[in-house]
Amino acid sequence: MAHAVTRLPDAQLAPMLAAYEAAVRERRRHSFIAAAVVLVCIALAAWMGEVKPGVLFANAGRLTTYFTSIVPTLRWDSLGADLAEWYWNLDHWLKLLLDTILIAYLGTLIGGIGAFFLCFLACANLVRSPLIRLSARRYLEFCRTVPELVFALLFVVAFGLGPMPGVLALAIHTMGALGKLFAEVVENIDMNPVEGAVAAGASWPKMVRFAVVPQVTSNFASYGLLRFEINVREASIMGFVGAGGIGQDLVEAIRKFYYSDVSAILLLIIAAVMIIDLVTEQVRHRLLGVGAGR
Amino acid sequence: MSRARITVSTEARARLAAAYPQALSPSPAQRLRVTAILATLAGVAMFSFWRLDFNLDRIGSGLAQLGHFITLMIPPDPGTQLPLYIHALGETLAIAFLGTLMGALVAFPFGFLAAKNVIPNIFAHFAVRRLLDTVRGVDRLIWALIFVTVVGLGPFAGILAIATASFAELGKLFSEAVEALDRKPVEGIVSTGGTDVEAVRFGMLPQVLPVLASQLLYYFESNARQSTIVGIVGAGGLGLHLAEQIRVLEWQKVSFLILMMLVMVAVIDFISARLRFSIIGKTRLEP
Repeated sequence: MAHAVTRLPDAQLAPMLAAYEAAVRERRRHSFIAAAVVLVCIALAAWMGEVKPGVLFANAGRLTTYFTSIVPTLRWDSLGADLAEWYWNLDHWLKLLLDTILIAYLGTLIGGIGAFFLCFLACANLVRSPLIRLSARRYLEFCRTVPELVFALLFVVAFGLGPMPGVLALAIHTMGALGKLFAEVVENIDMNPVEGAVAAGASWPKMVRFAVVPQVTSNFASYGLLRFEINVREASIMGFVGAGGIGQDLVEAIRKFYYSDVSAILLLIIAAVMIIDLVTEQVRHRLLGVGAGR
Repeated sequence: MSRARITVSTEARARLAAAYPQALSPSPAQRLRVTAILATLAGVAMFSFWRLDFNLDRIGSGLAQLGHFITLMIPPDPGTQLPLYIHALGETLAIAFLGTLMGALVAFPFGFLAAKNVIPNIFAHFAVRRLLDTVRGVDRLIWALIFVTVVGLGPFAGILAIATASFAELGKLFSEAVEALDRKPVEGIVSTGGTDVEAVRFGMLPQVLPVLASQLLYYFESNARQSTIVGIVGAGGLGLHLAEQIRVLEWQKVSFLILMMLVMVAVIDFISARLRFSIIGKTRLEP
């Protein structure tokens, strides 16, 4: 089929073309400046970070050797024996894995409870006093900005080695992270029940209990589960600083070059994280489905 | 101030209860369910407390110790090591920046490979997804430890670790962004005789670039936090000094280092939030 394209006279077209060219030039100039800034940053960062491409290329071979040597030797004819040798310490590792998951669980639970009580104080729609609100916000911000491993390092010195400092470190970080998410949920609630409760003479705690909490529980639970999944990953490295869990054995295996142990423990961690991922995702979809259906 | 209360007479309450049975007395099944969930949560918590050796004595003495440390932390003071710490701060920034950038560069093609609408072959994108999942299952600190044994101590190992972890996470996000694309520009290009590569370049890229850029900046923020800790295993940056000063109980230096981290993170958050808004704001298509 034929299309008729109307073409403007050149005299009318010229200024439009010029404007188009100018717009393109302007955009090119912007991209060029952005690219130059990024390049300068790369150069600076490479100098600061002691990046030596030579070292990487020289060691690229070692990197692949590393990954090939952590792969265990498994032969078809003696598969059972090889697997048994690879996972020679399975009982011990499974116990540590259980500890790791429990650390994540307790950290999430304690942090979640803390976040639950603090988040209502940090909401603009429930708290009029800026002093309370801002101090609650700053506190939550502090808790989530300091990495959990730093808390773990501090707590290991104060509380001694073991899973307890790990749990407390995770709990504090979780409180900060969940507190922010919870507060955002609370700020988006329907305010009509709140007004109803206040009009009927409810005190502040009663208002929160009967007008706010029923609206937010499913979202809170979903965020809590998401955090649990993240915390399992974090708990697996708490052992690096002596705060319990499977990290202790992993760090030893990597430092002492027990190659097949490294892959055995890593696979255990990955499997645990994936299973927990799948389970919590299912539960979360159901939770949010229930929440949306109401 | 006295509040007026609405008093509900007994028969009015009975009427309400009859009209809304669900609101005033939840069904026994629902009550049982809530109780069961709470009991399970508490039960598992009790088991964990027992299994992980919690005891009140240790918590009490630990808290007392912690309080003592906090009094020793004030005022924060770097001593004579300020130049060293400034250098470490630069290293941390370099690790976050180059790590995010390298990770993103590698993740970019993988984002397209793992997207269903670019690679229709189900096995190919399933394989790419599982690869990304596996890399993502390993924490960046574990990568840092592995890279330290491969390329030696120093910030370079940190860069590689952050890059590896960001690669897997960004790859997943990128592929989700690509899958959420509008098909129409691609169809337009294909229908006017464009090749597949041209469809990706002119139909998909202009749509995903702003989204990718904003995710990239978001990851830079998060990596700035993470790169402070890779030093704990010897991969450069502030974490190295922090771990060292905590071990030798130099509390004033510890608090100074934590303060440096907080300020750095706040500044980066501020700058990248501005950049993100300008990127998304300028090129956003929907009203």
